[in-house]
Parts: sequence; C-alpha cells; structure tokens
Amino acid sequence: MLLIPCPWCGPRDEAEFGYGGQAHVPYPQDPAALSDREWARYLFFRDNPKGPHAERWCHSAGCRRWFNAVRNTATNEVLAVYRVGEPRPVTG
Amino acid sequence: MSPRPPGAGLPEHPDRLWRNPDPKRRYEVVIVGGGGHGLATAHYLARDHGITDVAVLERGWLAGGNMARNTTIIRSNYLWDASAGIYEHALKLWEGLEEELDYPLLFSQRGVLNLAHSLQDVRDGMRRVEANRLNGVDAQWLDPDQVREVCPIINTAPDTRHPVLGATYQPRAGIAKHDHVAWGLARSADAAGIDLIQNCEVTGIEVRGGRATGVRTSLGPIAADRVALCAAGHSSVLAAMAGVELPLQSHPLQALVSELLEPVHPTVVMSNAVHVYVSQAHKGELVMGAGIDAYPAYTQRGAFHIIADQMAAALELFPVFARAHVLRTWGGIVDVTPDASPIIGRTPVDRLYLNCGWGTGGFKATPGVGSVLAHTIAYDEPHPLARPFHLDRFTTGALVDEHGAAAVAH
Repeated sequence: MLLIPCPWCGPRDEAEFGYGGQAHVPYPQDPAALSDREWARYLFFRDNPKGPHAERWCHSAGCRRWFNAVRNTATNEVLAVYRVGEPRPVTG
Repeated sequence: MSPRPPGAGLPEHPDRLWRNPDPKRRYEVVIVGGGGHGLATAHYLARDHGITDVAVLERGWLAGGNMARNTTIIRSNYLWDASAGIYEHALKLWEGLEEELDYPLLFSQRGVLNLAHSLQDVRDGMRRVEANRLNGVDAQWLDPDQVREVCPIINTAPDTRHPVLGATYQPRAGIAKHDHVAWGLARSADAAGIDLIQNCEVTGIEVRGGRATGVRTSLGPIAADRVALCAAGHSSVLAAMAGVELPLQSHPLQALVSELLEPVHPTVVMSNAVHVYVSQAHKGELVMGAGIDAYPAYTQRGAFHIIADQMAAALELFPVFARAHVLRTWGGIVDVTPDASPIIGRTPVDRLYLNCGWGTGGFKATPGVGSVLAHTIAYDEPHPLARPFHLDRFTTGALVDEHGAAAVAH
C-alpha cells in the first residue's frame, strides 16, 4: 500500500485515492484537424517509463480533489506532488 | 582415513536440461526475453523453420518473470474471431505439447467456468458461447444446477450478493505446470543448438538505416539479422531503445496460493463481476489471481488491499475456502494494451519484431505465439493469425476489443 502525500490532506493510504492516468495530456485544441496517427497518439499512447512518471490522482475518499504527482515507477517513491495547472516540478 | 565431506553420499546432480553458453558475437536471430514466449519462439524457429542460429537473451534467469508468476490457466473461449484464432491455435498446440517436447507438463484439461452474475453477464456469456462454436471452439452454456454439477463447491444459492445465474463452460480448457513448460521448451531449443543466455541484459538496440542490426548487452554487443522482443512488462523500455513507441501500460498483477489442501476444486472458475479466478494445482494449492494494481509500475509487487479484495471475492463464491491459509503472494509486471489484445508482428524498424501486450493472459498463448512469431520472423511477414494484432490497429481503429472476455480475468 502506497503512502501518498495529498497536497491538501497530507500523507494518506493509497486505498483513499483513485489513479487518473498520465498528467499533462491536454485534449487536442482542434480534434477534427488531427491525422489518424495524431489522434491515435492522443487516444491510445501514454508514457510508460521505468522511472519518474507524472500522473494524476484523486483523493476520492478524502478531500475529493485532483492533484498531480511524480512517482518513480521502478520504486514507487513519490518524488513530488503538485496542484493541477502547475508545471511538473524538477525531480532528482 | 579422512572423514567424508558432507553431501558426499548424495546422488549425482541430475543432467542439466540446457547448456549455459557464452554468447557468440553474431546470430541470425536474437530473441530478447527468456520467458515462455521467447523460449517457445526459439523452439518453433528450430522445429518449423530449421533456424537454429538463434540466441535467447535473458536479463535474469530463464522463465523467472511472468512465466514464474502466472496462474497457469489455459483456455481459448474468446469472443472475437481474431482472438479465437490465435488462442485456439495455442490450445491445439498445448494438446500435443507434452509428446512433442517429451517432457511432463502436467497439462490437465479440467475445463473452465466463466460465471455470469447478472442478466447482462448471461447475455454476454450466451453470445460468447455461440461465437465460440462458430469458430470451432468447444463451448457450452450451463445453468446454475449444471454449474454445481461441474464444481460442487461453488455457492450457487440465490441469496448471495452476486448470485450465480449460469456460466460458460469450455471443457478443453485447463492448467499446466508453468515451470515444466519453460523447462521443456528450453531443453528442446537447447538441443537444437540454440543458445540460451542468462544474466544478459539488453541495454540498447542497434538500428542502421531503419533496420535492426543487433543489440548491446551487459555481455557486450551481439549482431543479429533479426531481433524479436518478448519482454512482456519491459516491452516499452526495450522498444524505446529502437525508437518505437508502444500503446502499453505496465502494471503489477498479483496472485496467491493457499497452503496444500486435499483436492476440492475440480475445474477452473473465473468471475469478472466478483473479480477472481481460481484453480487448484496438482500439488494441492488453491491458485487465485487478482486484478491489476491501478497505477503503472515495474516493481513486481502490488498492494495488499488488492489481495484482501481478491480473497473476499473468492470467499463469496467458495465459502469452503474460509479456513484456508494464504501460503504466499507475489506480483509480476503485465503490459496492458488499450483493447486488451496483444501486439504481434513487424515494427516501423525493419527486421525488428514485436510480441507484447498480452496483459494478464500471456501464459495460455505460449505455444501459439511461439509458432506464430517464429513464422513472422522466418518469413519477415506476419503469420495470418498475427495479422489482426498489428501495431497499426491503434491508428486504423481496427481494434480487437476483448475487454468483455478478457479484461479482468484470465
């Protein structure tokens, strides 16, 4: 069970959270203008790194707010949490 | 007279099943990943195509990844034609594999029940039975009384939270001993002259002029005319070395076994709604699989609350398990695609072949994918059964959506 530091509530058990996929994937500004390849990229392709990964979480059984986290997928260490709309922080 | 050293009276070490050669500097084919799929591909390259100048490179020890961590379920009762094609091809190969490898695989066709707990489950299950029959896959629809006949320990009482309303039944499905499968395939490939190289991590893929020409490894560079990737959870990491991006997410998938029990469970039971799949190994452990952990990770372990949920689900279906103890739990890394179907075939890089995206269900396909991928490598042309599973389907939209039949339980 991960211990995830919610930016509002502090460290809480993973079971209180919902995972929301990769962060910083904006909806295309003009979807109709995309090629099939670009649309496929938006729809189906996400980062899958072995290492730091920026991702969205929702503290669904707590404050119910969304936030972003950088987590190392090789160790599960949470390297940073930050609020939606903020840029991805530099992590070591 | 000096005392005999400890162990001197023990019998000789049994014969090794394969050599442990040092890698040559060049091979016709390099297969990255010495799990079930990599070993099966090597076996069929030799058997069907006479290609034996092959190395299987394994970062750890042979079959120590998902091949050692699955729940050994074998079945082919998938909904879509493309899936029925490749999984039924695999099941037919399973039916002759013990003889072919001359090795005991404990392949046991004890059938699989996929339970229905809602009217929609019933409709989906009946539809799948009909689809299976049209594809030549054995399938029956069972009502709750017939379910109880096949597996008397399932709680089919109507007052449970998720009552059993029926089940699909594939009698030819079953289980096999995963380690034996790997060892049998490894022995066969080795006997054909194929080099199985352990503790050899691939750190780069050489691409020249759009064509794969070899790999860099922890044991030095190895040139190759063709490179095939069979790395399951690490497929994204490997493919990125050749500049190929894949629509995969790598998740931990957990399973557990109970202590050894008398035979109580005669078949394989899967339930998507209650979210568990259970069989009993020959040795006596109840083998249960869970769903994936929600977030991507390469940790080969998952969270305990997933295990707790899974055991609660198992108890709901099998009250008789209430006093069984967990012997151990473990996790593997599974590479999941958006449509819950695998990716097999050529890549944008010439002579680089993919086999990934099997998600939670790769074990059952082991001989099938071995034969299909070997064909694809030998002819540089996808095997007809592999064609629907090309990487391009995510661009064309021709997905093979097996979520209904495959997403949760394998």
